[in-house]
Amino acid sequence: MGMEGIGARVARKEDKRFLTGKGRYTDDMVVPGMKYAYFVRSPHAHAKITGINVSAAKAMPGVIDVLDGKQLQADGIGNLICGWMIHSKDGSPMKMGAWRPLAVDTVRYVGDAVAIVVANSVAEARDAAEVVTVDYEELPAVITSVAALEAGAPQIHPEAPGNLIFDWQIGDGAATDKAIAEAAHVTEIEILNNRLSPNPMEPRAALGVYDEAEDHYTCYTTSQNPHVARLVMSAFYNVAPENKLRVIAPDVGGGFGSKIYIYPEEIVCLWASKKTGVPVKWTSDRTEAFLTDAHGRDHVSKVKMAFDKDHRIIGLKVDTIANLGAYMSLFSSAVPTYLYATLLSGQYAIPAIHANVRTVYTNTVPVDAYRGAGRPEATYLLERTMEVAARELGVSPAELRRKNFIRSFPYQTPVIMNYDAGDYEASLSAAMSAADWDGFAARRAEAEGRGKKRGIGMSCYIEACGIAPSQAVGSLGAGVGLWESAEVRVNAVGTIEVLTGSHSHGQGHETTFAQLVADRLGVPLASVNIVHGDTDKVQMGMGTYGSRSGAVGMSAIVKALDKVEMKAKKIAAHLMEADESDIVIENGALKVAGTDKTLPWFQMALAAYTAHNLPAGMEPGLKETAFYDPSNFTFPAGCYIAEVEIDPDTGKTEIIQFVAADDFGNIINPMIVEGQVHGGLAQGIGQALLEEVRYDETSGQLLTASYMDYAMPRADDLPSFKLSHQNTPCPSNPLGIKGCGEAGAIGSPPALINAITDAIGVEITMPATPLKVWQALQAAQPRMAAE
Amino acid sequence: MYDTNYHRASSVEEAVKLRSSQDEARYLSGGMTLIATMKQRLAAPSDLVDLRHVASMKGISVEGRKVRIGAGTTHAEVASSSALKSVCPAICHLAGMIGDPHVRHMGTIGGSVANNDPAADYPSAVLALNATVVTDRREIVADDYFQGMFDTALEEGELITAITFEAPEKAGYAKFPNPASRYALTGVFVAKGASGVRVAVTGAGSNGVFRATDIEIALSASWSSDFVASVAVDAGQLMEDMHATPEYRANLVKVMAKRAVAMAG
Ligand SMILES: Cc1cc2nc3c(=O)[nH]c(=O)nc-3n(C[C@H](O)[C@H](O)[C@H](O)COP(=O)(O)OP(=O)(O)OC[C@H]3O[C@@H](n4cnc5c(N)ncnc54)[C@H](O)[C@@H]3O)c2cc1C
Repeated sequence: MGMEGIGARVARKEDKRFLTGKGRYTDDMVVPGMKYAYFVRSPHAHAKITGINVSAAKAMPGVIDVLDGKQLQADGIGNLICGWMIHSKDGSPMKMGAWRPLAVDTVRYVGDAVAIVVANSVAEARDAAEVVTVDYEELPAVITSVAALEAGAPQIHPEAPGNLIFDWQIGDGAATDKAIAEAAHVTEIEILNNRLSPNPMEPRAALGVYDEAEDHYTCYTTSQNPHVARLVMSAFYNVAPENKLRVIAPDVGGGFGSKIYIYPEEIVCLWASKKTGVPVKWTSDRTEAFLTDAHGRDHVSKVKMAFDKDHRIIGLKVDTIANLGAYMSLFSSAVPTYLYATLLSGQYAIPAIHANVRTVYTNTVPVDAYRGAGRPEATYLLERTMEVAARELGVSPAELRRKNFIRSFPYQTPVIMNYDAGDYEASLSAAMSAADWDGFAARRAEAEGRGKKRGIGMSCYIEACGIAPSQAVGSLGAGVGLWESAEVRVNAVGTIEVLTGSHSHGQGHETTFAQLVADRLGVPLASVNIVHGDTDKVQMGMGTYGSRSGAVGMSAIVKALDKVEMKAKKIAAHLMEADESDIVIENGALKVAGTDKTLPWFQMALAAYTAHNLPAGMEPGLKETAFYDPSNFTFPAGCYIAEVEIDPDTGKTEIIQFVAADDFGNIINPMIVEGQVHGGLAQGIGQALLEEVRYDETSGQLLTASYMDYAMPRADDLPSFKLSHQNTPCPSNPLGIKGCGEAGAIGSPPALINAITDAIGVEITMPATPLKVWQALQAAQPRMAAE
Repeated sequence: MYDTNYHRASSVEEAVKLRSSQDEARYLSGGMTLIATMKQRLAAPSDLVDLRHVASMKGISVEGRKVRIGAGTTHAEVASSSALKSVCPAICHLAGMIGDPHVRHMGTIGGSVANNDPAADYPSAVLALNATVVTDRREIVADDYFQGMFDTALEEGELITAITFEAPEKAGYAKFPNPASRYALTGVFVAKGASGVRVAVTGAGSNGVFRATDIEIALSASWSSDFVASVAVDAGQLMEDMHATPEYRANLVKVMAKRAVAMAG
């Protein structure tokens, strides 16, 4: 591997600029004549707009213009769309309501954008926004998914009667019902998956620049996928044709899914720039982020898991209601369907599975993919059910899992996925020995002596990364292909630029992608530059989400490197008068195997560009492009164990230890992988113990609109994690890698809740706040005393 | 934030004069509450009178058991004062648990006591220590000073210059932080001294900081954490919000009081 190649713990190249405050984010961008936007937003969860008066606002100092939804509509700007078509089980297409970038006649959640003010400063724009008068006729609102489906619930979109977007199913219902009917034991449980706000450190921002001379638009924005943004804005929103629109996503400070989507603000800033003749910049503040960034999760599910007399799972039936909020965000329909129900087999051989998923509109922020996207919901449901089943059956949670593990690969699940490789036993054993599972009873007894309640819990997760084979997702309704592109440019002096369609917003691509090139070509890491995030520089690409940059993005680079290598060898063979098949690349040189003939890498590159002496018919230059379309998903899996201690006086949970044993396949940079796991665990622990978006269920006001009320995990909420890696290389991509960005957030919530319920002996929902744990203990006390 | 005028006062007299010369002027101390409120446009003072350069409002003096903490003293200074630690470590412990390091290096005791946030830590110490709030014009005893949520005995333009108290024989503070804000979901300060046993509760009362008289009586009879068994805390007067029920807070009052007593020794 070498000091800088695959497998090396190379310090991140990008950290110097991030840690010294030299990163360049969208809000740092300054263009001549730039002005500032402030959005007028709905204070109501649901209301008709009966009038908008902007004349006072327009007269305010520093104001350039105030624009509303009618003007936007008159200019032909289209509706925001959901890009993944789902059909209900009756064959009807999903019922998508209209989402105007600026509301025209109805607002559907608190924060819905109504008008934009452009002024010389943010403060002046905000002053003017305060005097825009919008006349609202308030309508009743509905907040929870269950209430939205009830008869007589407020109707949110005329297109979706009863607020039902689709009623979808997967798997074999009859076979599953039969398994349940014939089961020796059925575990039934209701699962709630709490609603979360993604909270990237950098809030969303957009800078729209219209150049009248060229009739051309530039959009700087906080995006995980600038090419997709350009595609959607030109193909659907009618902002500008693709060749007239450049999208730049510079340094982006975290996304966690929330920056995949194209939001109203970037569209409106681009349009407003043309309308006003000045570049228009908008930066969200933190409360605006809570109010308008797409939220995650929010599922209510009923589960039945059927076992035979030997404790083998023979059937799993799931009924889920997913809250999609007030509008269908870009991938919102895929998250509770193909990213969720297809993982319901978990690590287990389950012959019959059936899941029914209903998605509903409510008067809340749109809900879409958030770190893990569907897989945390599946894992939480399955691993909580397994735990409850083990308790009901009186067997150890590890034994129940072991008994049901899939042990031979490839394995076709009843819910589409074909697992290619894995060794679930390896991760389970590694985790149990790291946690000293067998010594737990003694630790529990010791804690009891101190009046504390100890619990231990595990979770065996599987997830699907590296999305995704384009043909497969196309057949399931995706509006795009999910391949990735790469271009490798070898300069005349031998240095290298890699242009990738992946986008780094914290993942460390500038380092790991360079490590791949250094490893392959034997050049120093410092001579490799990674270019991404600008549609004018990089050819069409699909961006970063679903832990796809390694498995898909790097595989595209491998393909381009294959071509570069082939041409480089041809040139070297020609110059050294050797056979092409005898050329090897080693330590920055091309060598003729078995001889002392050698050609430094840079001389080969120079020869490619001087073109004085190339093989007959060869084109000058050394630059290759590749598109890589994966043939399957990848399947990271692992076992997480949490041990907690609960203070029964206050209900507070302390995490004593947290063990994560992950199989990510081959690893490019262990340090970066550990960082990804740490971050994922922090978010998963946040979901399990602290985080929850809450709305007032009558008024629809967001109650958790700042960090005063939304509890983010902090360093002292977390233990030092014990990590280990098992490795079954992924057979479907050239690097054998699976993806590691989301695992931490996927596997950890059920491990924690299993540990907490083990400690307190009663069920609890996430987040398991001290209040809820205390209440659960109080409620259980009379019963325990009576027993 | 709306436009505002900034003034820097260098003495108590100058500060009071600057403050009274404008209708909508406000004192600015650490700014940890006021500036945030202004940024959210929930406060819009026309003028800010910065107190941070008034030398007489700074610092901690301990003479025998008499303690004086200047209103402009930061939480970090209180937390780390060895003079204070030697006579009343509980208040240092309290200050060290306020917010985060940034907040502790900016925020001040005067600002906190003037603001009287129902979940702030200091009001419990001031009340339990039977402290005196010294202002530019008078001295106000703690029992008269706190008048409800964000409400105090301060008159318009009245400036807190110091907090004084007689160091107790024993004192302790225990706080159960709100998981989100880390303010006190319930905090209890107990003190035993010349004025008897005083127990003050913050974060829990629907009317701001209050004295838990039943616990005071029990602790006066016997200074030990056994009181928990005998005392009932009435949830009726306690706050209900998304983070805690009155019943949970009532429980926390007892649990935190017990821990505060244990800390006091
Ligand atoms: C992130 C964060 C976390 C926090 N966590 C906690 C916590 O855990 N516990 C806690 O108790 N507090 C907490 N605080 C509040 C913090 O302690 C503040 O510093 C304090 O409440 C106000 O003090 P200040 O010096 O910043 O006052 P300022 O914000 O400057 O002023 C507050 C108010 O008091 C008035 N005022 C200031 N000084 C005087 C004076 N001398 N005389 C009369 N009026 C005056 C001002 O006019 C203003 O109305 C937190 C704050 C933040 C930002």
